Amino acid sequence: MRGPLGIFSRVGGRQDLGRGAAFWVAFAIVALGLVAFPLFGSAFYLSNLANFFVYVPMGLGLCLLWGYGGILSFGQASFFGISGYVYGIVAQNLSLTPGASLLGVAAAILATVIVAALFGYFVFYGQVSAWIIPLLTLVLSLILETFMAQTAGYQWRIGHVLLGGYNGMTGIPSIQVGPLEFGGASIALYLLTVIAMLLGYLGLRLLVNSHFGYVVVGVRDDVERTRMLGYNVARMQVTVFALAAGLAGLSGVLYVSWGNYINPSSMGLYAATLPVIWTAVGGRSSLIAVTLSTVALKWLADSLAVRGGEYAFLIMGALLLATMLFFPAGIVVSLNRLWRRARRQAP
Amino acid sequence: MSSPVEREPLLRVEGLTKAFGGIRAVDELNLAVAAGELRCLIGPNGAGKSTLFSLLSGIHQPDAGRIVFKGEDITELSPFRRVRKGICLKFQTTRIYRGLMVGENLTIARGKVRGTNGRLEWALGVLGLAGETARPAGELSHSHQQWLEICLALATEPELLLLDEPTAGMTPEETALTADFVIKLSGQGVTILVVEHDMAFVRHIARGVTVLHYGRVFADGTLEEIEANHEVRRIYLGEQ
Repeated sequence: MRGPLGIFSRVGGRQDLGRGAAFWVAFAIVALGLVAFPLFGSAFYLSNLANFFVYVPMGLGLCLLWGYGGILSFGQASFFGISGYVYGIVAQNLSLTPGASLLGVAAAILATVIVAALFGYFVFYGQVSAWIIPLLTLVLSLILETFMAQTAGYQWRIGHVLLGGYNGMTGIPSIQVGPLEFGGASIALYLLTVIAMLLGYLGLRLLVNSHFGYVVVGVRDDVERTRMLGYNVARMQVTVFALAAGLAGLSGVLYVSWGNYINPSSMGLYAATLPVIWTAVGGRSSLIAVTLSTVALKWLADSLAVRGGEYAFLIMGALLLATMLFFPAGIVVSLNRLWRRARRQAP
Repeated sequence: MSSPVEREPLLRVEGLTKAFGGIRAVDELNLAVAAGELRCLIGPNGAGKSTLFSLLSGIHQPDAGRIVFKGEDITELSPFRRVRKGICLKFQTTRIYRGLMVGENLTIARGKVRGTNGRLEWALGVLGLAGETARPAGELSHSHQQWLEICLALATEPELLLLDEPTAGMTPEETALTADFVIKLSGQGVTILVVEHDMAFVRHIARGVTVLHYGRVFADGTLEEIEANHEVRRIYLGEQ
């Protein structure tokens, strides 16, 4: 459908759950509620919520890549980390220059996308078997973690910024636009994460319901078939991989703006597995499911971490196992199917 | 008086060879297909028919020989570029997007700028798919799935259409309908090569027939010539 109304019909297209008027009314109410929350929420809650929302773009990226594109990746954490570190290096080095943090944001996301496109080029143009890609991306994350972990000491610095080894990089400035500082407990950062989450969701929903999105799904369902319809499948896969990485990069930048700090464990095994758990538990075939599960599971992990760090790891693993055994399509997606079936059977 | 350009066949295959392990599935095969031709490829199992199609469409790379399409050497070209040049393959086993709607299958196949000559709409009508766009492709009957796959290939607007066993698993009526459809499609100027086991289909088409045997062209001629050929009857048509 063309014209300005085409966008609305497309964003409500078939490639996601939630298509009726009721869904969009609920969506609008939740969106307005989130935007209005700073009027009555405390700084503590704002900061916590912002911390949860920070990860949504990364989860959505994996949802696009895995759920719609059929490519399971453990590399989202590495792109999150690359972005965080590059932002830290640029923004800290140029801290006296006006607009340094925006330059940092641009450099961080650009660097992430370039690394992902290069990595993706070799993987997808090399026609590496689909089952090896999760391993390769996991290795990418672990190599970066290992490398960054040994960067302790004064010799490991870029400009005047120390990489910091396992202790990580500290003193990273928050994003600043004019007088507005997007710091950890600020309303500005909270709103920025809400906007990133909502626009990320709507933008990807528009994308997966576009012609491009259908071809991405076609590649997932049958690579050879799609190639035989005249599509450069490798280029599409690199594009989707880089886009997913860019979204992880956005999360990385928001995270360091929130916490002013990043360390190598943000690219470690646990961090690399988390986006896969969010995506699988919610339901990788649905953007809204992954948005919900990312926020819910991040909240759950943080609540558990307060009672002792090890619990979180165990319970996340158990949750993933239980989902794979009992709700292979994901909890939100399965619940939606049950609800639709019940409604159909109702008189 | 025809110019040299017009005399150049649409497709020319020279010395094409492909071995799997020690077996030469296609063995120094030569073939020329003129524009507008409709030809059936027949031959015993393992004669190299499907391998020839996979070489023409670029799924496999030949060990030797070359493929010339519209005067251009396309031997090294990747499959998707060959589709863009105008060669499209209908796979032997049905490969449609079973989880997507019929209309969504077509959306993917049509691409962004293609789909202007109305042939696809005509084909959907003839094959009874026009009213099925909102149905999951996996729920279609077997023959409709085969037809949808032909339509997916047609959506790329091919000049050379490769049909690998288009009537496998169809009833005699459906086979006849498919044959009529292929004849009409050929009448619209699409060059078509069909690999088919079903002699009823080949007789219905009643055009040029090429017999492959041990990866080479064994015989080549009209349907009558091929059916009258004793050697062909011995190796393929089952005469003792």
